Amino acid sequence: MSAEAPRRGAVVPTSFLDELYAIYALWVREVLVFSREKPRVISAIAQPLIWVGLVGTGFSSTIPQSATGGVDYRAYMFGGVIAQTVLFGTVFFGMYIVWDRKQDVLKEVLVAPISRLSIFFGKVVGGATESMLQGVILLTIGLFAFHVTPLGALAALGFVALLAIAFVSIGLTIGSFFESFEGFQAILSFLLFPLFFLSGALFPTGNLPAWLTVLVRLNPVTYAVDGLRGTTVGVHQFDYALDVGVLLGFCLVTIAVGTWAFRRMK
Amino acid sequence: MGHRRGMGQAIISTRKLRKVFGDLVAASDIDLEIGRGEIFGLLGPNGAGKTTTINMLVTILPPTSGEATVNGYDVQREPTLVRKSVGIVFQEPSIDTALTARENLVLHGRLYAVPRRDLKARVEELLALVELTDRADDIVKKYSGGMKRRLEIARGLLHRPPVLFLDEPTLGLDPATREHIWSYIRRLRTESGTTVLLTTHYLEEADVLADRVAIIDHGTVVALDTPERLKASLGGDVVRLKTKAPRAALEALPFVEKLEVADGGELRLTVREASKHLAAIIQAAGEVEAVEVRRPTLDDVFLQYTGHGLRDEGEGEASE
Repeated sequence: MSAEAPRRGAVVPTSFLDELYAIYALWVREVLVFSREKPRVISAIAQPLIWVGLVGTGFSSTIPQSATGGVDYRAYMFGGVIAQTVLFGTVFFGMYIVWDRKQDVLKEVLVAPISRLSIFFGKVVGGATESMLQGVILLTIGLFAFHVTPLGALAALGFVALLAIAFVSIGLTIGSFFESFEGFQAILSFLLFPLFFLSGALFPTGNLPAWLTVLVRLNPVTYAVDGLRGTTVGVHQFDYALDVGVLLGFCLVTIAVGTWAFRRMK
Repeated sequence: MGHRRGMGQAIISTRKLRKVFGDLVAASDIDLEIGRGEIFGLLGPNGAGKTTTINMLVTILPPTSGEATVNGYDVQREPTLVRKSVGIVFQEPSIDTALTARENLVLHGRLYAVPRRDLKARVEELLALVELTDRADDIVKKYSGGMKRRLEIARGLLHRPPVLFLDEPTLGLDPATREHIWSYIRRLRTESGTTVLLTTHYLEEADVLADRVAIIDHGTVVALDTPERLKASLGGDVVRLKTKAPRAALEALPFVEKLEVADGGELRLTVREASKHLAAIIQAAGEVEAVEVRRPTLDDVFLQYTGHGLRDEGEGEASE
């Protein structure tokens, strides 16, 4: 019947392009929010600089170059600092979703006619953007301070992206289960610090006892640190294919788990 | 499936819709048929099951049993299409306070796949409708409660949904803002034919806005009709008397339909054409301390159907 005007006519199902558009929209939202929170922007930039500058200098006197594959300890640590920046940056991002839920901001997004995978992924790319920004800053410094090649820096950014996607996913997944920040902090401390220290980010893992070596090998962060160190200062233990493969698999698993976690959210 | 969205068909239809949380029956056997372009009110105290019912209709909560369709789509089998068909203004504000009004609307438009070429114009149109054009680029954090509400209504309308759900749209707002929002809702219907389902525990709101009202109490619809007919169904005007006169004397009067003892020992009479018979009533009562005669309100209707006043219980209790 023509009287049934198409002005408010039939609703069309959500297409794949609509889902991509939604991911883009959620990404824009995260970037806008991030850019308005000046302290967050400043700490995102300052924190990695402090690590390379102060901590690296302090440790470099205690660790011999023979243990670091013949490079200066600060250069050796550089890839580790990038990994660390990504890991701890994503913690805060995960915390923000607890806040979002408290404020009911997420409710509007959760009732939108888009899949939870898109909502989750939109948040993930939003959070990963912050890490990418930090990565760009650090790697730019690396070009001058540690003789990182432009190509190496680009490849390192790829590792930043993979690590960031996985850890924003983990942060969001944990955040989706928490009502307040308290318990959240504890879990992240128990999860994040061991992952970080067992990744070889700060020290060479060549002389560790066998049982620790097993843990280091099982830790996905190890492969990110290895890739980052290889692409920045040329010291790496594994094949890049292995590094990338492990990280891709890790990303897929964390995204799948996160999407499941978001599906159960109301 | 073949006959969806026909002319004159209900745009919202529920059959024995039911939601149980543990031991609590939040909504039970809800049967509603809401027509296109109607403003329909769900009236009840906090915790009566209004929000639960809305949440089932917008696919946030799965029903325990029963069926519901919105815009011809089944809420359980076609949730995405239902979501595309509805705009929602939640009871608790859910505007993103870190963004500006304009950014909130653009975000919403993108999430609902509003075509890029239409989005900008629609955002401006709705900002104008809710009179927020001047403040469109302010961060929402700085907005008053009324402004946030208006923005939320604009947001709910941005993707031009055939149905708009308003859950307590004027909760916590001052009277002037409340009337403002009522006028938007009315304009909406006349200008775009949007069907509006609103929940409220403000009697006046239901009376002033709704074409039809369902009174809901303890999860059940106890009465459903136009406000006028609901009030007429009481069978007369309300007369309240402060008197020591015996009930029997008044009950004997032929035009007194009903007599109850209200709080504080007052007598509450339902009287046909009360203004005509007032003298006779006072005469029958003998000594009268105070008297009040008025047309029945939805409050009286509510009392009639539920046995308690709308504000007697549930105040302060979180609504589901």
